[in-house]
Amino acid sequence: MPFRIETHYKVPDARSVSRRGFFNSLVGQGKVSKVAIVDAYSVDARMNHTQMQKAAELLANPIMESYQIIHPTLTLRPLQGRESKSNFDFAIEISYLPGVTDNISHTAKETLEDGLRIKFKPGESVYSSQVFFISGKLSGTDAKKIAGALHNPLIQKAVIKSFADFHKAPFGPNLPKVRLTASKKVLKIDLNVTDEELERLGKYGIPEAVIARSASDAAISGRSKKIASDALAMTKRRGPLALPLDYLHAIRDYFDKIKRKPTDVEIETLAQTWSEHCKHTIFADPMDNLKQGLYKTYIKAATEAIRKQKASAAKSGRGRSHSTGGDFCVSVFTDNAGGIVFDKNFLITHKVETHNTPSALDPFGGAITGIVGVNRDCLGFGLGAKPIINTYGFCLADPDDKTKLYRDKKLEQPMLSARRIMDGVISGINAGGNQSGIPTNSGFMYFDSRYRAKPLVFAGTVGLIPRLIKGKPSHIKQAKKDDLIVMVGGRVGLDGIHGATFASEGLDAHSPATAVQIGDPITQKKLSDCLSKEARDLGIYNSITDCGAGGLSSAIGEMAGQSNGCLVELDKVPVKYPGLAPWQIWISESQERMVLAVPPKKWINFQWLMKKRGVEATAIGKFTADGKCVVKFGKQTVLDLEMDFLHNGRPTKQQISSPPFQGGVPRVHPRGGVVKKKNYSDQTLKLLSTLNIASTDFLTTQYDHEVQGSSVLKPLQGKGRVNADATITRPVLGSKKGVVLSQALYPSYSELDPYNMAACAIDTAIRQAVAIGGNPDYLALLDNFCWCSPEDPSRLWQLKEAARACFDYAVSFGTPFISGKDSMYNDFKGFDKDAKPVKFSIPPTLLISAIGVMDDAAKSVSLDAKLAGDVIYILGETKNELDGSEFAGMIQHNDGKVPEVDAEKNSRLYKALYNAIQKDLVASAVSIGRGGLITALSKMLIAGALGAEVSLLDLPGAWDENYQALFSESQGRILVSVDPKKAEAFESAMADNVIAKIGIVTKKDKLIITDKDNKKIVDLRIKEATKAYKSTFKGY
Amino acid sequence: MLKPKILVLAGYGLNCEEETAAAFELAGGQAEIVHINDLIAEKGKLMKYQILAVPGGFSYGDDTGSGKAYANKLKNHLKAALYKFAEQDKLIAGICNGFQILTNFGLLPGALTFNDFPRYTARWTDVKIKSQSPWLKGIKALSLPIAHGEGKFYAGTETLAIMKKQCQIAGKYFKGEISTAQNLKPNPNGSMQDIAMITSQNGKILGTMPHPERAVFFTQHPHWPLMKEKMMRARKPIPKFGPSLQIFKNAVNYFK
Repeated sequence: MPFRIETHYKVPDARSVSRRGFFNSLVGQGKVSKVAIVDAYSVDARMNHTQMQKAAELLANPIMESYQIIHPTLTLRPLQGRESKSNFDFAIEISYLPGVTDNISHTAKETLEDGLRIKFKPGESVYSSQVFFISGKLSGTDAKKIAGALHNPLIQKAVIKSFADFHKAPFGPNLPKVRLTASKKVLKIDLNVTDEELERLGKYGIPEAVIARSASDAAISGRSKKIASDALAMTKRRGPLALPLDYLHAIRDYFDKIKRKPTDVEIETLAQTWSEHCKHTIFADPMDNLKQGLYKTYIKAATEAIRKQKASAAKSGRGRSHSTGGDFCVSVFTDNAGGIVFDKNFLITHKVETHNTPSALDPFGGAITGIVGVNRDCLGFGLGAKPIINTYGFCLADPDDKTKLYRDKKLEQPMLSARRIMDGVISGINAGGNQSGIPTNSGFMYFDSRYRAKPLVFAGTVGLIPRLIKGKPSHIKQAKKDDLIVMVGGRVGLDGIHGATFASEGLDAHSPATAVQIGDPITQKKLSDCLSKEARDLGIYNSITDCGAGGLSSAIGEMAGQSNGCLVELDKVPVKYPGLAPWQIWISESQERMVLAVPPKKWINFQWLMKKRGVEATAIGKFTADGKCVVKFGKQTVLDLEMDFLHNGRPTKQQISSPPFQGGVPRVHPRGGVVKKKNYSDQTLKLLSTLNIASTDFLTTQYDHEVQGSSVLKPLQGKGRVNADATITRPVLGSKKGVVLSQALYPSYSELDPYNMAACAIDTAIRQAVAIGGNPDYLALLDNFCWCSPEDPSRLWQLKEAARACFDYAVSFGTPFISGKDSMYNDFKGFDKDAKPVKFSIPPTLLISAIGVMDDAAKSVSLDAKLAGDVIYILGETKNELDGSEFAGMIQHNDGKVPEVDAEKNSRLYKALYNAIQKDLVASAVSIGRGGLITALSKMLIAGALGAEVSLLDLPGAWDENYQALFSESQGRILVSVDPKKAEAFESAMADNVIAKIGIVTKKDKLIITDKDNKKIVDLRIKEATKAYKSTFKGY
Repeated sequence: MLKPKILVLAGYGLNCEEETAAAFELAGGQAEIVHINDLIAEKGKLMKYQILAVPGGFSYGDDTGSGKAYANKLKNHLKAALYKFAEQDKLIAGICNGFQILTNFGLLPGALTFNDFPRYTARWTDVKIKSQSPWLKGIKALSLPIAHGEGKFYAGTETLAIMKKQCQIAGKYFKGEISTAQNLKPNPNGSMQDIAMITSQNGKILGTMPHPERAVFFTQHPHWPLMKEKMMRARKPIPKFGPSLQIFKNAVNYFK
């Protein structure tokens, strides 16, 4: 009989204090007087009293916690602290819905099994929940409000009990068991129907005609049933395939040719494999006159050109020294991540992913699966790289944005608030990165109201892998005929079904809730350690890949390309609970899984090692070489497709782009009208506190950036702990070499000038890396395009412009793209608070990440001003380039143009600066970017806790007004401070570049800037600037 | 003379084993990373080592409480071996999650609970050392990073009094070099009596929330660029190592 163990702190519980503050902020200050938190474990297993007692003891720390066992045959022993009547008014229990990953329950189950030396029978389990006992002057509405803030109805359940209710019926064992009622039968799909019916199939999925309730309804949430009833077309359908009509025609033709009807498994597989999410159709298909499509024409071609250029430079002798790099690319675009040479022994890899749509629905789950997912991309590089750095980036709406949005017309499915999305994605990366022991050291937050309904969550992972494993290049892998197909890690459930096809469409009421999932970092950590620290170096597998979007169908389908075929036995796949249909097992995106090709001879060793490390590994088929992908479920063949059709059968689509209507796209702010001021101190303070410039140290300090002992220049720098825009890491403790990372994006330029937007992002990512000491000749780039409405030719035109700039500038700077990812459907179609239909699209967003290798990490330069008396130089020219700038956004007026980039000039400057840094001539350096010169200067001084006197008299460039000098975002500029004794040497190192001495670092707590007429235009205290910079997210 | 052997425990979400082993190696020891399941399979193995380090990490994701599940595993399978090791003239250290594990296991007194501001926090602290422990010989103060959500030391009044009397309170957070420069509260988590490090009664078992293995190189410190500038201008040599390496040297030298 099930029972329940509750543990409760008998010593002060800091969580309770913090929750009380939070609840009061929801219902009105002072209403909540006390909160007590109880952690509950509902155990669904047979145990005697002694075992129950022992189980409770295993779950409670005797010094701090007391426990209570709730079971009909046991007398209740009240918990200390919440036993008396006066102690609470409402009790709220939060638990997971059936099938949602419950990590605490996994640990509790393992603890009980190990501690009691028992084995849970199939179907027996432990379920976790948390109860909040709340005292205060609260109404039922208040309690509902609190419960609403404590849970996300897509994944959790809240039960509220008043004191009286609770005493009538306290919380008992809470067992969210999955019970599946769906048929496991494989359906034959008739495609010889009207185009109208085919379109419905593509949009809403395969009809579950014979089944009363769809599996996902039963398993995950009552909510999906509501979704279904909203749209007639959706009733009894499995959810979006995102297959357009021409794809369905091609599928129909194929099956007509082989004279049979496709199975549901085959249709689902093709939908996954051909999805925009997996095949990147918009980048791959021809566009206008570009027959090869954007990716081949602009991204891949750039890398090829640069590699040739670097290789020939190296050959001709110019590149032999490290400074010109040579061709450092090893594995680009073909694998789960891009790989470049780190040193003679190692490669480093990098990959940045996005996890946008899931993060809109469940921000915590979306972000954590984003980060642990990209960790697997790293593990799936070559034969398996070890994750050494995590990166992140959030594009969000202002957390104070109160716009209410709904997914449905009846206003029953509200979108989460901007603040909850922000808090959720932050804690998702926190849990994923910290628990995995990977330093999270490079990241940003960027705010724009257009991200309200569709936040962007970027998650990246840098990996390290020996160049040779067992004497063979580590980046080459090959599944061979007869190798076993082995699935390792987590088990398969309904979570994450239709993730790939769901990301290939906009977000609306039909988006399936089953696409939401929660990561389990510890299961993955065990897997990751075992693969990248042990199995890989034993040479006991031939190939490996991540099981991500599209689940087994994509992972095995992709690896089968190496051997040219596979035979899968789906009934061997370990599942979380019984009752899954074959198509569900095949496409589920349940997390923490990898697929490997293990030679039969090595299987015993492989299995033994995995078992020793507590990692589940199962052989689920074998690779073949007959050109066929065959999947069986028991004796039944549920899928039988030619590899060639699976991978190359997708019809391409000629895409047409066209520039926006005459006069350009609607402007965000009117041009002109900037009011000149005598003094810009106030505007400087205001700018420093804007969301996009303000300190985010509350976030940075939540992410462990020191684990692995590799941190050299940290995400917070100087005494003032200013957020840096680049970092240095030393991943091999015995080597001096450093990895430099930086990220840049300019969404505010996108609607104005997508070409220069991309150019600026590239220049900025490179410039930030160089300012911290990176070698401009040893930098590679990653592109992440997050776009919107790709059916709109003007959006495609913007995309094409941005991609064209990627080619031009990557080639000019000699910085190859090594990896990239795109996410095309960042639109939201829903309803506002008055049930009026609304469509929100994100601003076209291109994130450029730079990664490079430097010879000596100790040569890097932090951004904080070091000592009074140091000379301040500006490198590069300032122009009237305020259009789309942070300043323009702040004052709601634009001036000048979007910055343009002169790659040749900037390149020369960056190389000169690199050499100066190598000679220890630079004391501090900071790239001038968002917020212009004044922002860079303020950051340098806040970080150094020092003042400065600066004059604009010699500020180089074509600018007229003081506000242009201070706030323009002209590219190619870096601010540096130099020891006065080294000033001469620095100037000569920078000869032939535009630089100017503009000021002196002082001991005073003052930043004073005078203009060309020697009039003071900025006069502010550094303490004040620090306060403004740190005020925005204070209390977060 | 043979190098002293250090066993650095690993598995189930511990994650600082590599840098901890590296710190012992830098200090002249011979460190080996051993998965807990391998130790369980070969219980006698532990006795071949002079030092046991339980490194930092996130064992079992802190689910059911930090360090609890891993300590349960140790209790279930290695209780006798661990107590035997502790009774001999050998050294044990628990760093961060390792400290949480050792208190849950019972080798160290007290407990570690949620930070006063109950959020995972990564920052630098200063720790004043006052201890006769072999681990901390000759060390007066160190700047060290912390990274934890449950690092507040808790013990009952009686236990605290005994610990004080037996000089087991080894390190306390204080307003030192880095917390002064960075304008940070010295005590990062509300720890009772500012406790950052404790030892067993005989000083041979060390528990520390701050991570000494993350401060063994000069360039691991947050203010190294400023220090480097000052040293260059004063024409002083730039050091390679950080002061915290001494902890590991002390341990290794104890067996020399």
